[in-house]
Amino acid sequence: MTTSHTAAAAGHDDGHVHHHYTTTGLDHRKIAIWTFIGSECMLFASLISTYLIYKGRSIVGPFPHEAWTSETGQQFHAILDIPVTSASTFVLLMSSFAMVLALQAVQLRGTPLPANPTWWQRSQRSSQGWLLMTALLGATFLGFQAYEFTSFVHEGLTIKRNLFGSSFFTLTGFHGAHVTAGVLWLMTLLWIDRSRGLQGKNDELLVDICALYWHFVDVVWIAIFTLIYLIR
Amino acid sequence: MATIAAPTHAGAADYGEQTGIWSWITTVDHKRIGTLYLWTALSFFLIGGLEAVIIRTQLMKPNMGFVSAETYNQLFTMHGTTMVFLAIMPLSAAFFNFLIPLQIGARDVAFPRLNAFSYWVYLLGGIFITVPILFQVAPDAGWFGYAPLTSPQFAPGPNIDFWVIGLQILGVSSLAAAFNFITTIINMRAPGMTLMRMPMFTWMSFVVQFLLVLAFPPITIALVFLLFDRFFGTTFYAIAAGADPLLWQHLFWVFGHPEVYILILPAFGLVSEVLPTFSKKPLFGYNVMVYSGIMIGFLGFGVWAHHMFAVGMGAIADSIFATMTMLIAIPTGVKIFNWIATLWAGEIRFTVPMKFAIALIAMFTIGGISGVMHSSAPADLQQTDTYFVVAHFHYVLFGGSIMGIFAGIYHYYPKMTGRLMSEKIGNWHFWLTFVGFNLTFFPMHFAGLLGMPRRIYQYDSGQGWDAFNLMSTYGTYLLVVATLFFVWNFVRSRKTGAIAGNDPWGAATLEWSIPSPPPEYNFAQIPEVASRYPLWDLKDPAKTAGIEHSHADSMTITDAHAVPVHEETERKTAKELGIPMPFPTAKPLFTAVGLVTMFCGLLFLRNDMFAVAMTITLTGAAMLIGGLYAWLTAPLE
Repeated sequence: MTTSHTAAAAGHDDGHVHHHYTTTGLDHRKIAIWTFIGSECMLFASLISTYLIYKGRSIVGPFPHEAWTSETGQQFHAILDIPVTSASTFVLLMSSFAMVLALQAVQLRGTPLPANPTWWQRSQRSSQGWLLMTALLGATFLGFQAYEFTSFVHEGLTIKRNLFGSSFFTLTGFHGAHVTAGVLWLMTLLWIDRSRGLQGKNDELLVDICALYWHFVDVVWIAIFTLIYLIR
Repeated sequence: MATIAAPTHAGAADYGEQTGIWSWITTVDHKRIGTLYLWTALSFFLIGGLEAVIIRTQLMKPNMGFVSAETYNQLFTMHGTTMVFLAIMPLSAAFFNFLIPLQIGARDVAFPRLNAFSYWVYLLGGIFITVPILFQVAPDAGWFGYAPLTSPQFAPGPNIDFWVIGLQILGVSSLAAAFNFITTIINMRAPGMTLMRMPMFTWMSFVVQFLLVLAFPPITIALVFLLFDRFFGTTFYAIAAGADPLLWQHLFWVFGHPEVYILILPAFGLVSEVLPTFSKKPLFGYNVMVYSGIMIGFLGFGVWAHHMFAVGMGAIADSIFATMTMLIAIPTGVKIFNWIATLWAGEIRFTVPMKFAIALIAMFTIGGISGVMHSSAPADLQQTDTYFVVAHFHYVLFGGSIMGIFAGIYHYYPKMTGRLMSEKIGNWHFWLTFVGFNLTFFPMHFAGLLGMPRRIYQYDSGQGWDAFNLMSTYGTYLLVVATLFFVWNFVRSRKTGAIAGNDPWGAATLEWSIPSPPPEYNFAQIPEVASRYPLWDLKDPAKTAGIEHSHADSMTITDAHAVPVHEETERKTAKELGIPMPFPTAKPLFTAVGLVTMFCGLLFLRNDMFAVAMTITLTGAAMLIGGLYAWLTAPLE
């Protein structure tokens, strides 16, 4: 992409953003995404409370934290594998770090690199690298979740099996669907960045609202990990 | 919302006013979308009313055989569902759409295409949930759809599938609209339009949007659970698997009680516009009206379990919810007294909208008082599931919401169409409605206290209910006649009503400073607002001179293009004025069709037609994604 092309795109975008007077000075989309996140809080609150209400009420196993033997003598392990999920949680949290750097990279586009830049100063500018990193870490989390779901099913926990299965798979499945949507969103941004370069106030906003969504999905996972996995 | 920049096509579109069916399909103008909402919601209101007429005919005399028990179940379920989700909510949405941008001095909503999308999803969702009654497979478990009554074990037919999927579709519409209006109100106010200068209708709508955003997710999740139970064999509502039979009730009423305020607060807002106008006095206690509206919204989330006193939650839970319910009567009572104080010593003009507004005060107060009676758990145990409760919520929803909406329709019809509705026919409509309403619902108090249960399709004589039921049925027929007067008035006044002009009522707020009907760009020049009653400042300064805080300007952000509030009389096209207008587009409709198709596919899951279901759902999903892509990459204006 040539410099003149980028500058022209940036000029156009800036013009577009400041075209309309807004009461707060913020872009409409920024307010809308916060409203959306507020609504999503209630969505996950309903899912998490249902899980907690049904905790310990399942009539048949397998159970999250303790082993269970059925009437026919079949043995079931405690289902949740906390070390594995701790690893996937770490991966998801690191993706938020990458997301912050992706936004910073887009914001740094307009400022020139210092003379003799260090490796880190160069990599800070790599919006494509950080967007890809965020998406890959998100995808890795989803891979962990796929592994977790299949191994649970092998151990005898399906969505139909008991209240734990129904509420666990629905809650974590909803979260996984949100991560999937986020990965697709990130890939779209990456695609735009590759095709015409993300630069200027409007493009910063595009990355910014995606980042808000992504951090929200991470924060929800912290709540899920604590309440469902860590607390017995 | 052009998230992906593309070259703009300035001058490519024709900015002139357009007519014809295609212009309605592709419109993104908030006023036209408001009009679409109004016509659609009034149609559903007539359908819901027709269902009520059949219900009342069946209950006219003991042991009538007008309809079967199965049909009766479908009728009362669809009457409730239609009136709540397809009539009153979208009638309010019609006013949100039409009025909010005009009242805050904006040229449109924040996301015009999303607004069109909300409407199309509502229309298609409404059709989806209504059509089954023609084939006798309509939802039949009440508008509250209690699980496990709606679980596959007890409701094996497709009836509940239509209800669950239909409500999910309608939820998408309400949520999308709520995000849009919150952003509009926060971010699109004209210079000088501080929050505490906003007209009361906009304020109450603002509160309602927050209720929508926070109350719809719990019912979405409750419906997802039910959907999974019905289609994928999960155990959320399966008592045999240890499920809590109250889970649905809690999730539903966490939505359901704020929903009551979603239905009533817009009507409160409308009468708060009508009463000051026809009393020629500023609204009494504006600040307190705002705070009590917010308080109602806030407390509205803490009273849901008063719908569940009879399920045995225990004394502590019952006491807490009883107390909260009594508490919420306080801000509501504050509103009633403020309206009365607004009327006090005013120069009252008894126009039709004013009559409906006063009727709201009186009728809602009766419904409110019976509501406070229910808040006492021991009294509620006697009243629950009887006609006393039916009387109560019809006094708040018909006597409150519908009366307020009629006040709003008569008040704003001239702004919407440029012509006034006939006062003469309007008076017939009002008095027949008022008498018919009371004749229908007042006797239900007595029938209920004498023990008549709700949702029964027949009853034996000799229990003291016969005369009350006969009265209620005659009252309903009177309401039919009243509604015919309204329809006649509504339709004929578009062509024959008196020309309205900018401000037929001598009102105070911005929407009356522009021509009727407003030009597509609303305001040729964005007004700079300096008080709560800008038009009265302009035309009758003596009236507003004494209002504290009304004139102090605390706004720091100003717009170079804004001019002080003035009457706009000249009418030019947007093109002549150089105002960029959003392009008309059918993409929101296409995307909405995709969304609804996606949901329709789910219907086939229950008959193990997995391939059909997947084909339809994936087709819908592809349309949805393609439509969204085309929409987001196309420039708005």
